[in-house]
Amino acid sequence: MSTVIFFIAGIGAITGAIGVIALANPFYSVLALVGHLISLAALFLLLRAEFVAAAQVVVYAGAVMVLYMFVVAYVGREAAPLGQTPGRAATLGAFACGIALVVELFIAVLGSGLQAIDSAGAPYTAGFGTPAQIGTLLLTRFLAPFEIASYLLLVAAVGAVTLARRRGALDAGIEGDAPTISFMDVMRPRPLGTGTMAEAGGHAEVEQ
Amino acid sequence: MNIGWYLAVSALIFSIGAGGVLIRRNPLVILLCLELMLNAANLALIGFARMWGNGDGQIFALIVMVVAACEVTVGLGLIVAMHRRRLPIDVDEMRELQG
Repeated sequence: MSTVIFFIAGIGAITGAIGVIALANPFYSVLALVGHLISLAALFLLLRAEFVAAAQVVVYAGAVMVLYMFVVAYVGREAAPLGQTPGRAATLGAFACGIALVVELFIAVLGSGLQAIDSAGAPYTAGFGTPAQIGTLLLTRFLAPFEIASYLLLVAAVGAVTLARRRGALDAGIEGDAPTISFMDVMRPRPLGTGTMAEAGGHAEVEQ
Repeated sequence: MNIGWYLAVSALIFSIGAGGVLIRRNPLVILLCLELMLNAANLALIGFARMWGNGDGQIFALIVMVVAACEVTVGLGLIVAMHRRRLPIDVDEMRELQG
């Protein structure tokens, strides 16, 4: 039974991966990646990683892919005509690199001296991969990586907002004078029409 | 199933992702291909965690997912900033840093 599920999920994951790089429309690429991620979650379940599989479906196939969808819908007009692949030489070169990488990885991984590779893994103990075990590990042995990961998420969120905001440092060349950000900007009332979804959606000409 | 089969699937997905980074020119799709490669690494990590029978590899995979989420956030922020400045959404056109 697990063999059948493995082949269904594995073929689904590989098909989704090929769809990501082969489909011309970025929107369909994102949808193919969602299918790939769900197949991969099934493989994780077969490997007894229940919590990671659930996190994969909720965080990746849910939240991160929604973020992709928003950006694809936002920049989609410009991105659509760029779907065509580059010249034949570049495509063949990329194929050659990919096949060389497959061969190299097969030799490196499957040809290694690891004896347990040809077995189904260590004997299963109750509680392996459950949220209880992951939580215990995260709050005892891996407390430092856990805390650093939360700081990393905070820095990434602040950085993304700073990069993508309208009157940021990236717009300095257009605006003329380089805008600076200070603590007083938080206190000052913002100009009418900024900081709204209408501004992000391309109706910014109103305020200029 | 033997762990080797999972590692073979992981190697295939990683190579497909690497080939996609080489083929495509749209930065959105290149970010998706990076996701493919990180997921292939996650599959290998979880396979090895199953092989050894302890949870360290699964923690590693979770941290990789956190780093991937950060990378996606910053990358998509850059793409939105490029779009705001009316720059072409094409990695071959972004060559100002080449000097």
